[in-house]
Amino acid sequence: MASDLTNQILDALSASDAPILSSDAFPSTPSLNVKSALDRLDSRQMVEYETLEKEIVTLTAEGQEIAANGSHEAKVFAVVLAAMDGLKISDLPGIVGKENAKVGQGNAFKRGWIKKDKDLLRASADSIVDETQQQLLAVQKTKTLEDKKVLADLKRRKLIGLAKEINFKITKGPKYAREFVKEQTDLTPEMIANGSWKTAHLKPYNFNAKGAPTPSGTLHPLNKVRQEFRNIFFDMGFEEMPTNRFVETGFWNFDALFVPQQHPARDLQDTFYISDPAVADGPREDPPNDPHRPAQLKSEKPLDYKKYWDNVREVHEHGKFGSIGYRYPWSADESLRLVLRTHTTSISTYMLHKLAANPRPARFFSIDRVFRNESVDATHLAEFHQVEGVIADFGLTLGGLIGFMEVFFAKMGIHKLRFKPAYNPYTEPSMEIFGYHDGLGKWVEIGNSGMFRPEMLEAMGLPKDLRVYGWGLSLERPTMIKYAVSNIRELLGHKVDLNFIETNPAVRLEKD
Amino acid sequence: MPTISVDKAALFKELGREYTTEEFDELCFEFGIELDEDTTNSDRPIVDGKQEPPQLKIEIPANRYDLLCFEGIALMLNIFLGRNPLPEYKLTQPAQMERIIVKEDTTKIRPYVAGAILRNIKFDPARYASFIALQDKLHQNLARQRTLVSIGTHDLDTVKGPFTYEALPPKDIKFAPLNQTQEMDGEELMNFYEKHQQLGKYLHIIRDSPVYPVIYDSNRTVCSLPPIINGDRSKISLNTTNVLIEITALDKTKLDIVNKMMVTMFSQYTLEPFTIEPVQIVSEHNKETRVTPDIAPRTAQAEVSYINQCCGLSLSPAEICTLLTKMAFRAKPSTTSPDIINVEIPPTRADVLHQCDIMEDVAIAYGFNSLPRAFPDISGTVAQPLPINKLSDIVRVETAMAGWSEVLPLILCSHDENFGWLNRKDDGNTAVKLANPKTLEFQVVRTSLLPGLLKTIRENKHHSVPMKIFEVSDVAFKDLSLERKSRNERHFAAAFYGKTSGFEVVHGLLDRIMAMLKTNFLAEGETPTGDSYYIKELDDPTYFPGHSASIHVIIGGKDQVIGSFGILHPTVLEKYELKYPVSTLELNVEAFM
Repeated sequence: MASDLTNQILDALSASDAPILSSDAFPSTPSLNVKSALDRLDSRQMVEYETLEKEIVTLTAEGQEIAANGSHEAKVFAVVLAAMDGLKISDLPGIVGKENAKVGQGNAFKRGWIKKDKDLLRASADSIVDETQQQLLAVQKTKTLEDKKVLADLKRRKLIGLAKEINFKITKGPKYAREFVKEQTDLTPEMIANGSWKTAHLKPYNFNAKGAPTPSGTLHPLNKVRQEFRNIFFDMGFEEMPTNRFVETGFWNFDALFVPQQHPARDLQDTFYISDPAVADGPREDPPNDPHRPAQLKSEKPLDYKKYWDNVREVHEHGKFGSIGYRYPWSADESLRLVLRTHTTSISTYMLHKLAANPRPARFFSIDRVFRNESVDATHLAEFHQVEGVIADFGLTLGGLIGFMEVFFAKMGIHKLRFKPAYNPYTEPSMEIFGYHDGLGKWVEIGNSGMFRPEMLEAMGLPKDLRVYGWGLSLERPTMIKYAVSNIRELLGHKVDLNFIETNPAVRLEKD
Repeated sequence: MPTISVDKAALFKELGREYTTEEFDELCFEFGIELDEDTTNSDRPIVDGKQEPPQLKIEIPANRYDLLCFEGIALMLNIFLGRNPLPEYKLTQPAQMERIIVKEDTTKIRPYVAGAILRNIKFDPARYASFIALQDKLHQNLARQRTLVSIGTHDLDTVKGPFTYEALPPKDIKFAPLNQTQEMDGEELMNFYEKHQQLGKYLHIIRDSPVYPVIYDSNRTVCSLPPIINGDRSKISLNTTNVLIEITALDKTKLDIVNKMMVTMFSQYTLEPFTIEPVQIVSEHNKETRVTPDIAPRTAQAEVSYINQCCGLSLSPAEICTLLTKMAFRAKPSTTSPDIINVEIPPTRADVLHQCDIMEDVAIAYGFNSLPRAFPDISGTVAQPLPINKLSDIVRVETAMAGWSEVLPLILCSHDENFGWLNRKDDGNTAVKLANPKTLEFQVVRTSLLPGLLKTIRENKHHSVPMKIFEVSDVAFKDLSLERKSRNERHFAAAFYGKTSGFEVVHGLLDRIMAMLKTNFLAEGETPTGDSYYIKELDDPTYFPGHSASIHVIIGGKDQVIGSFGILHPTVLEKYELKYPVSTLELNVEAFM
């Protein structure tokens, strides 16, 4: 038993302070067993040991046979010598065995021990020295072989092999004792109750291993990033918008945003249209019992939805509010088609329109799912999360939008920004936001921003001098860049690895 | 956004200097276009034994049709850099103006037409290629794959005006189309091009119409069959010197824009640069008789105070006018009002609709990144979460604290996953269905969170068991009483997958969540005090018989069913390819609002 071995080792050391070798003291114990006993003693500082590794020469099964009974050729010589009148060649295998006969006969000829006389073999010496056997016997004893040529020869003949021998040089440790005291595995209530803890030996703790895994639930990594974004918005005075509405009308998703009806974004290739239910109603007041209606807007005066609809039509078709418009025949049917929202800006539009009842400064945000009829690949899914912010105030400037973005993105650890003029049907000016990514060593597009167009805002009935910033980014993209996830399907959807969800660290955007 | 490929050496020659890739990228960035790729160090294709010279691939904003060709990019960058003024485009006054006479029948298929002539134009291979490419880009983008507008270009010397624009039955139109020798009628032509790689996709625009639009010259030579193909007779080549451009359309505004782009971009190659010969359109039936193209700049007014306010600058009217010159405008301070500048918007700038577009160009010319930065003052707004999200977060965090892992499957799923695989029937009044999904994976908006949870387990079989997962998110239902004919509903669902059924485990999770939502368990016969819940055995084919329950809550005195839980029926497991038993819980959290 292994525990016996620990005491045997302590015994073996007791005689003197001189080191002992495990190969001497425990020649037949497997080195793994010796090591585990030594480790146990070593961790308690009862012994110290050093591992000695040595290359040794071992005999193969055939080598052992030759060491014991002589080489094939010696066996052949012996039987030939014994047959006084010569030995019939054909009788040899029957006497010494097929293998011995084949190899031994040839070697015995080569060494001049026997000769051929017609069909007989005759001895040509009275006695011989079986060198092979002697070499192997020496190897068996010393486990070494100095002569490189012989070593190579025996190896080629598959009589010997090379192996590693592990040996331990063991000395007494600072806490050496004659006996290995039984240890407690843990501190128990009984030990505390009966006081035995005072004398108990506790098994030393392995400080190199991990603790027991703690069973834990977890939140999804993407939702953890979402929460960080939400906190940033809350820090900056934003109200969360009621984005719990996947189905939108062409009106709210496009027309009200001054997206013309022939815009490519409205193609079947890009937008999911709804077949059932088929047609929406025109814009109208929310039902009074809608639990999701923004609280602070509930008391506002009613809005003129008919006027809003007409304004939108006119600004597209003929121009209005200082705009020449897109000048095309605007279709009410197109506006009443139902779509899966392609952006949460449809909800921003809804909120800004509500604001027209009492125009005032406001800050809105949302982080929610949007839908695009995309072909799925490593960076595109038909669904992703859009982060969106809106600031409405009087006298806002473009420099203010830039200044706000610097503070906003600094909160998520992005400190170097630059802005590129861009095009977006509902914002003018439009700016693409680029952030410098230190890890990638390049500028990365991190979002889109702009000031909503007067055609969109004034159609709602908002005053001309109330300006509105809007900006958006996807939740997935910065998450993928931050955490080096290369495939969006590893982050969102049912193919995400549960182990990834469970081991993903807490998210600290400003730090990671 | 369209991407335009231009010859790098030729562009830098036009811009009067060499740029490193970084320098050119910077210039593009400031101007608002994006250098996608410089192919100098890439493997470039070998065409006719010669390697393509280095190209710059430039992404163009979708509303800048004047940047869709080499000529436009070079011109606008040169103006931006202050190297060139905006050219003055002029219409010539020919002794005898070419005419296109429009027949009334065209209103049945493609009512509008316009024309222009580039006289004494000198093509070379690069110009010619660019001329063809611009038509292609306009067809793809603004013209929405030729549906709204299509362009035909002809060697004017091979045909003879006046031209007529007519709409005729396909059988009555006979001609040899471009690069064909054999004549065919309209129907034959449709069959001939049915499988054609480029043209096949345009046939549908007119194919089923009883009449096809067609342009004839005075000798009844077919010039073109818009929006499909031109006639072979009038085809242009490198050696063509007089080009007739005819454009047909459904949309008048876009027709005008396309005409302006074609002539402003290529009139620089005529004998007297930037001159265009107009074409008279005779179209009495719809009062569209006019001379085309109309290249006169549009005059608009912009307010100095508005521009300065939006940009956060205090520029003088003169300074604003100087900045606008860089963006191809001619602007002058008004002589009558100090707050007004008069802006001439050139025919190239079809994107300008409102003074906000002029304001943006002032900001671009000034440099977005040079604008004075400020943090917008907080006008006393109050931060607050959406109530349903706040409630959801309570459920999410409590469930995670109870040892469950949150997952985030997709909202769209197949019809089978949502109904049949759960042994549920579609009554036609429940789910929102998609009209045009690209795959069967996305047929309906889920009405239950279960498909996503079960698919997540299916994809995670390598994970140790038991698996305990949950989601709090929206499903959607048809609701014809609402403007959008549907509504979202916030659900909470959890699934247990393991070697035991986990029925009691999900039951325990329900109890825990109810406790955290301050909802008391109501034992049979007890009178409810405060908000409470109870469960009742349920007969539901989604679940294993006798092992499912409906969840009832009494909130504010109102008793309602909010969900159910149970051991899933083995036929459900089979559909979702699950080997071990699964218990699930799903409920509507909106009752707790």
